[in-house]
Amino acid sequence: MADTAHTASNRPSGLKGIAADWSADQRAFKSASWGKSMMWIFLLSDTFIFGCFLLSYMTARMSTTVPWPNASEVFGLHVGGVSVPLLLIAIMTFVLISSSGTMAMAVNAAYRRDKKWTVILILFTALMGATFVGMQAFEWSKLISEGVRPWGNPWGAAQFGSTFFMITGFHGTHVTIGVIFLLIVARKVWRGEYDRGDKGFFTSRPGDYEHVEIMGLYWHFVDLVWVFIFAFFYLW
Amino acid sequence: MTASSGHGHEHAAKAATAGSHAEGQQHPIRIYLVVWFWLFVLSACSYFVDYIHLEGLLRWSLILIFMVLKAGLIVAVFMHMMWERPALSWAILLPPVAVLVFVAIMVIESDYTALTRTVFFSGGG
Repeated sequence: MADTAHTASNRPSGLKGIAADWSADQRAFKSASWGKSMMWIFLLSDTFIFGCFLLSYMTARMSTTVPWPNASEVFGLHVGGVSVPLLLIAIMTFVLISSSGTMAMAVNAAYRRDKKWTVILILFTALMGATFVGMQAFEWSKLISEGVRPWGNPWGAAQFGSTFFMITGFHGTHVTIGVIFLLIVARKVWRGEYDRGDKGFFTSRPGDYEHVEIMGLYWHFVDLVWVFIFAFFYLW
Repeated sequence: MTASSGHGHEHAAKAATAGSHAEGQQHPIRIYLVVWFWLFVLSACSYFVDYIHLEGLLRWSLILIFMVLKAGLIVAVFMHMMWERPALSWAILLPPVAVLVFVAIMVIESDYTALTRTVFFSGGG
């Protein structure tokens, strides 16, 4: 498996490269390991899931004859008597982007075999992910206390609640799962399992520092989905 | 599979991409910081679109532009897509275009639904 990667250096590039890679024997993705390729394919399927969620949200919002609640006011916060629109959402966005940044640095540290900084940066990423989920829990409780339900709300179209809970709920679940796996990866790095190539408990594949990068792909994807939710659900 | 094969793969990746930069998926920290900075700026920009109450076509186009730029930066640099071979990046980035076709279909469909609902609720139909 590893040997075929040697051929990547003298393979054609561009469109010719696509044709050559895909028609080659053994494997199409010459520069990516199986682990990384499969994570990408999983993320592609996840793209379709979130794509369909946002699509059904669009359909509900476009086809309703009842006015859609104003997200800018619904998600506003009162700070010192002043109403700031979307304040919590803006903070959540910056927290998630920061966590993506620390994750990118963690991947970099992992490839430098800098164990200490890899662990510190992954833990920072997990901490910010947990903060994000905490703020989302606050946002949910606030909206629920104001009377938002999947079947109705005080401000307008009933579909607002159902799409909100489904889309942010699925995203929050992804972040939560990400935090759990970040902690697992941090523990593996700390114990030196990627130095020794210990077999994983689930796949029994030998550990490698590339796992940090694969974990990073998932984490950046969670940030990526939030970019679309932020634009379409909160700003539109 | 032995533990060393993982390193073998990494060496291969290094060799594969040698020239444009030093190693497999290891890139200067500087580029991550620059992208990080721009993600902050673009997020602030899209927030201010709402804050200063831009409306209509200007609002929607700005939201979309900032969104696409942010998504592009994350995928290209943070997820290393710009350094992968096209066989992978095309296989992953092309299929989501199908979602856009789906969007177009559902825009037509929901326009029709809204029209029939309006007619029905106004006593017609």
